[in-house]
Amino acid sequence: MSFVNTLINGTNFDHKSLNALQKVTLRAVVMSFLFFGLVAIEGMIMRMVVTGPANPLPKMFSHPEHYFSIMTVHPIVGIFGSTYQLVFAAFMFLVPFLTKKPLYSIKLANFVWLSITIGTALAWIAAFVWQYAPLYTLYWPLPADTEQFQLIGGVVFVLGVALIMLGTFGFIYNIYATIFARVGVHKDKTTKELLISGFGIDGMLNLWNKLIGKQPYSKEPALALPVVAIFRGTVDTFLDAIVILGAGLLVLVYLIFDASGSPLNVATIDALLYKNFFWWGLDLVADGLVLIYVAGSWYLLATLITGQKLFMENVARAALMLELLVSWMVWSHHLLGDQGQPEMMKLISGEMVTAFELLTQGLALFITLVTLWKARPLKMTMELKYLLGGLVGFGLAIPAAIIQADMGMNRVLHNTQWIIMAHVHIALIVGLYMTLYSALYVLWPIVTNNTKMWSSKLSNIHFWLYLIGGIGMGAFGGMAGLDGMLRRHLYLNGEFNTYMILAAICGTMILIAWVIFLLNIVMSVGIKGLIGIFLPAEDKTASYGIEPEEIAQNHKQN
Amino acid sequence: MTFTNSVELLAFHNVAYTIYAFMIISIIAWFGYNLTQKEKVKSVVRIPFYTYIAFLVAGGVGHHIFTYNTIPWVSEDITRHEIKPDATYNFEITKHKWKLPQKKIIVQCGQKIMFNVKSNDLIYGFGLFRQDGTMVMQMQVNPGSRNDLLWTFMHNGVFDLTSTEYSGPRQYSEDGKIDLMKVKKLVEVVGCKENGGKK
Repeated sequence: MSFVNTLINGTNFDHKSLNALQKVTLRAVVMSFLFFGLVAIEGMIMRMVVTGPANPLPKMFSHPEHYFSIMTVHPIVGIFGSTYQLVFAAFMFLVPFLTKKPLYSIKLANFVWLSITIGTALAWIAAFVWQYAPLYTLYWPLPADTEQFQLIGGVVFVLGVALIMLGTFGFIYNIYATIFARVGVHKDKTTKELLISGFGIDGMLNLWNKLIGKQPYSKEPALALPVVAIFRGTVDTFLDAIVILGAGLLVLVYLIFDASGSPLNVATIDALLYKNFFWWGLDLVADGLVLIYVAGSWYLLATLITGQKLFMENVARAALMLELLVSWMVWSHHLLGDQGQPEMMKLISGEMVTAFELLTQGLALFITLVTLWKARPLKMTMELKYLLGGLVGFGLAIPAAIIQADMGMNRVLHNTQWIIMAHVHIALIVGLYMTLYSALYVLWPIVTNNTKMWSSKLSNIHFWLYLIGGIGMGAFGGMAGLDGMLRRHLYLNGEFNTYMILAAICGTMILIAWVIFLLNIVMSVGIKGLIGIFLPAEDKTASYGIEPEEIAQNHKQN
Repeated sequence: MTFTNSVELLAFHNVAYTIYAFMIISIIAWFGYNLTQKEKVKSVVRIPFYTYIAFLVAGGVGHHIFTYNTIPWVSEDITRHEIKPDATYNFEITKHKWKLPQKKIIVQCGQKIMFNVKSNDLIYGFGLFRQDGTMVMQMQVNPGSRNDLLWTFMHNGVFDLTSTEYSGPRQYSEDGKIDLMKVKKLVEVVGCKENGGKK
């Protein structure tokens, strides 16, 4: 088959054979990877700017308004537009798949990807057109500073973020409504039983009963472990959405009063208290749902790849509960450089509880590795490669953060490139995304009805370029941080250019990897198939892997 | 073992983390390779589950105990309100402009200096940097709350001041080339031995 023919028709992809659940999943996946490309380009622009006077980009990218507006939307596009979309899509497919129940609502799933896409686009437009640049941290009162930013930019940005959060609420509702639906295997379960399983209390009780020599509380927990992780992580997703939406509304109120000619006094809101509130919410993403969702994904991938039961499943269930509690109490590690923050909060929340993440994530790593090890020999498939890449990513990123979550280290590392590159970028690019790529390779045949991937060579090139580029960029950025390079600062005179040139080379590898990945996907599904994904599904089924009569029965019970 | 400034601390940290990074990458690579092998691989070392858990707990807690005992500014920071500083300097920031206590601050080696910074509008940062760009120390400067940092300088040097927190694009000139909040050579420490410490 010629290149052009494959480009148009794909390998053997038939969008008409997809049901409604498969199509809505793929729509969000497509949008997620388009946003990933945008975020990679934005990242590369910023990398290039700080390489110094020799950077070949037009001068406008070096102007502070422009540079910081890119820095503002970079995480919004990356975390919400790309990561949230991909994770939400995967989970809205996986929960019905794993529980053998239909998704509560396909319409709501469509609302989720649409609102996150439009919301992300609005936030991006606010930065691109009006150069609204308070950064994702939204430190009070900067987002309401109309001397530095245009009011319209702020309003559009807040509306965009609010829309993303509405989409997030849609996802949360869809997930819980599906989990709690008493149909199929859960038709005889009570809400209490599902709640106990969802919070992992059955795992804890099983461990306790084993200790005191009693029979297990539950031999067959109501919910599979990955569903428990999704259940648990979604609690943090909800709390985080409330906080971000609350902060957005506050900014909006101030901007509206400003527009009316009677501005409110920004000093009414205590900046440090606001910081605590905002970091508590934002940390539910970074130290909450990401870690919980990732642990759940590792468990799922390890069991799917090996076809065996998870090692120490009860411990894993209990650890997910611990992770949830830890995630609510760690935000003070972002405030170790704030002298007004009470010392006890720095010590307990910022240092001690945060250190527990080493335990919870170390446990997840251990359980995943042992599950794989017990099933050897295994074939080194793409999904296994990416899973190992994801483990490396978190193996590097978590200790990098724990090191800085310390009152001594923070004094000389806070707000440097260390935390954003050696921790955040390695955690997201290598740890999280490689886990997601692994899930994508596992789910690909299921979601696309066994579509053949166009080129396994390209898959391998993507893997190595992405892994080396991701670790390399994080490492060189981190080294610059150790040498004093700040993370939210503009360096145009080549101050750290050796590190920045090396980081830019690695960043280019990530960008090329994305192009290769996209080419492989487009060639597999074809342009016709790509368009077809967005056309209405003829088969309205909202589940996968359930026999038709079972689905009909489920619907009747609904 | 005591780290007397950030250069010593971060050099140690750089080496330790680099060794760890190579170790974790090698372990996963070794693991990945052996996952595909039919022959049973011989374990280099057998680590029982509870030893591994104990290692993680000890690592997490031990790190803080180690830094508390080797980095002098940790305990000094916690107890700063009980320590009488040798000198106190008050700073103010309004609309990205510093109001400095004096044009140049000369500090004698080993003196305990209290930096008090007040912001009248936005959140800023207060950071001192060596001439090679490495950071001496920093703190956040929040409007409406106290921002005081006690610091003992144990090495000679001339330090620049700038805001370490983003406070909007007006911190820079229009072309972005000049950091308008940077105060060059504001602090000078004198009287220390060549390798640090009081003479």
